[in-house]
Amino acid sequence: MTATGTPRPVEPRTAEPAWVAELRRAGAARFEGLRLPTPREEDWRFTDLAPIAKADLSPVRAPGALRAADIAPFLFGHSEWPRLVFANGRFQAALSNLAGLPAGARLGPLAALLAEAPELVEGTLGRLAVQPAAAALVGQNAAAFVDGYALILPANAIMDTPIHVLYVTDGRAARGAVHPRNVVVLGPHAVASVVESYVALADGMALTNTVTEASLAAGARFDHCKVQRDSTLAFHLATLEVRQEQDSYFNSFSFAAGAALSRTNIYTTLAGPGAHATLYGLYLGDGRQHVDHQTRIEHAAPNCTSWEVYKGILDGHAHGVFNGKVLVHPVAQKTDGKQTNKNLLLSETAKIDTKPQLEIFADDVKCTHGATVGSLDAVPLFYCQSRGIPEAQARTLLTYAFAADVLEEIRSRPVVDHLEDLMRAWLAAGPRGSRAAGRDEN
Amino acid sequence: MRVLDIKDLTATAGGIEILRGITLSVRAGEVHAIMGPNGSGKSTLAQVLAGHPAYEVTGGSVTFNGQDLLAMQPEKRAQAGVFLAFQYPVEIPGVTNAYFLRAAYNAKRSAQGLEELDPMDFLDLLEEKLKLVEWGPEIMSRAVNAGFSGGEKKRNEILQMAVLEPTLAILDETDSGLDIDALKIVANGVNSLRQPDSATIVVTHYQRLLNHIVPDYVHVLVGGRIVKSGGKELALELEARGYEWLTEPAGAAA
Repeated sequence: MTATGTPRPVEPRTAEPAWVAELRRAGAARFEGLRLPTPREEDWRFTDLAPIAKADLSPVRAPGALRAADIAPFLFGHSEWPRLVFANGRFQAALSNLAGLPAGARLGPLAALLAEAPELVEGTLGRLAVQPAAAALVGQNAAAFVDGYALILPANAIMDTPIHVLYVTDGRAARGAVHPRNVVVLGPHAVASVVESYVALADGMALTNTVTEASLAAGARFDHCKVQRDSTLAFHLATLEVRQEQDSYFNSFSFAAGAALSRTNIYTTLAGPGAHATLYGLYLGDGRQHVDHQTRIEHAAPNCTSWEVYKGILDGHAHGVFNGKVLVHPVAQKTDGKQTNKNLLLSETAKIDTKPQLEIFADDVKCTHGATVGSLDAVPLFYCQSRGIPEAQARTLLTYAFAADVLEEIRSRPVVDHLEDLMRAWLAAGPRGSRAAGRDEN
Repeated sequence: MRVLDIKDLTATAGGIEILRGITLSVRAGEVHAIMGPNGSGKSTLAQVLAGHPAYEVTGGSVTFNGQDLLAMQPEKRAQAGVFLAFQYPVEIPGVTNAYFLRAAYNAKRSAQGLEELDPMDFLDLLEEKLKLVEWGPEIMSRAVNAGFSGGEKKRNEILQMAVLEPTLAILDETDSGLDIDALKIVANGVNSLRQPDSATIVVTHYQRLLNHIVPDYVHVLVGGRIVKSGGKELALELEARGYEWLTEPAGAAA
């Protein structure tokens, strides 16, 4: 056994309370015991983390130093939006903007909060991310995390604008690992929206292993959007686990276009009656990229609803994986759940493994799920061409149209615009689907 | 001046011969109606002219304004001025009518070496075209044909035709599924788009549309061949007598 990514404290953390030290110790022990999951485990059947294990990536020690010009290409929306920038996992105060918060709100780097007011996150940090499928990743993160963002909103605090959290890796992160750790605690009827962007300034084999825990009190609303644009040489692992009390609303979007190998876990527990979750996502793959999403929606109370739509576009030799689980507890009567996964394969060598899963233990529920895999239809393509639109442009147009509606649940228009821009850039990056099936080239 | 010259055209779909030698000339300014029973090859002829990939041309030639039409990709045919109004217009969810129409219009402009129109200028152009099909601008923000009624889809085809101003318009069963009001709107649109240098081919099963779009010639297609041609009075005769009296000799000949 190698010492793959064996987490060691990066720097002394004397300011941390004992319960955090215990969290780190337990996380390290769990990771030591489990090691990285392998395809022999059902939850990882289609995703092999062996390249990460082999690469033996220990936490990045180089503190990042970014200039405003470095991050400019990755900003969007409005300059007055609250913003936290991290370079190789380290908070960049000079590039961040923590102004404009509602009264009683806390937003800032987690490390500082753990030194000043750890009690604000004690009920959340390390308490929510408990799914066995992600235990090794979460354990490694607990042992090694340096920083991340913390957001705490008191009851009725409403943030109208999204918070942009930008995780940047640069050349100094190559052959290293960054373990961001984030905590969100929303009081009753509080409203917040966070966009987590993961971007790279340089191509390099770096590992990001991020963990976000979010606790939503009764009536709270949390919009979370992850924009994964890592280097196509990088590894990206992400776990987001949410607990929702009565009548709360969790709206998640996962956009994945980067990384050589990525796995995103999004888990939510609808713990109080009337809670609602919408999980949407879009993954784009090309070359030899591997992009995996696992979602788990646990209906643990009656009268909850969950809607899920994930779409994927895969070209080249890309391999997509979608596994969406919906679990309905015996108590969760009147559950209304819909789950869809649609995939467009633009080449004959692209591949998708899709596995929607319903496990229902209540008798008065309405749950549906479905998955589709296909190539571009010949008929709409001909329709576009018959109007004079050149074939390549028609393919791009129809590919865009396939995915565009998945962005509809995102509430912030600038976020939608940003994702549309990223999608268009991806489509423009190559002759997409030149080898699409079902098309007679003569 | 001849807009279209079809000579001995034969075509198959999935290995089955559907067009068995069509010869037809269309001059500028003319309206030709192609009628015939179901399965006679009317729609196939329309789609072959537009370049539908499901059909294979096995013989003959088609000349469009002096160019070899069959050698051209579907988009090149459209850019050169061929327009097919589909019998079943295709729904494209996720693409707005405005975007789609502008992409089509600009593709034609580019092919002609003209500068593309920006969205604002294009909206000005559209305003006039929308009047032709008696529509307001709100239709432009809807996805192409998605959730449109049968009549709306056919009107949308005519709107596209109005924007692209084709030299050869081929209407494939455009009257099917239309109530009389929608039929009039569609027919008025087609009639006002006629130009001295353009031509129209109306493919239809019924005579009804031809009361509104009056043909110069009527051709009856049976078993993949034109078995009879005549003036507009032939359509009335077909309405009165049906197609049976024409199908017998075709069957005997085959």
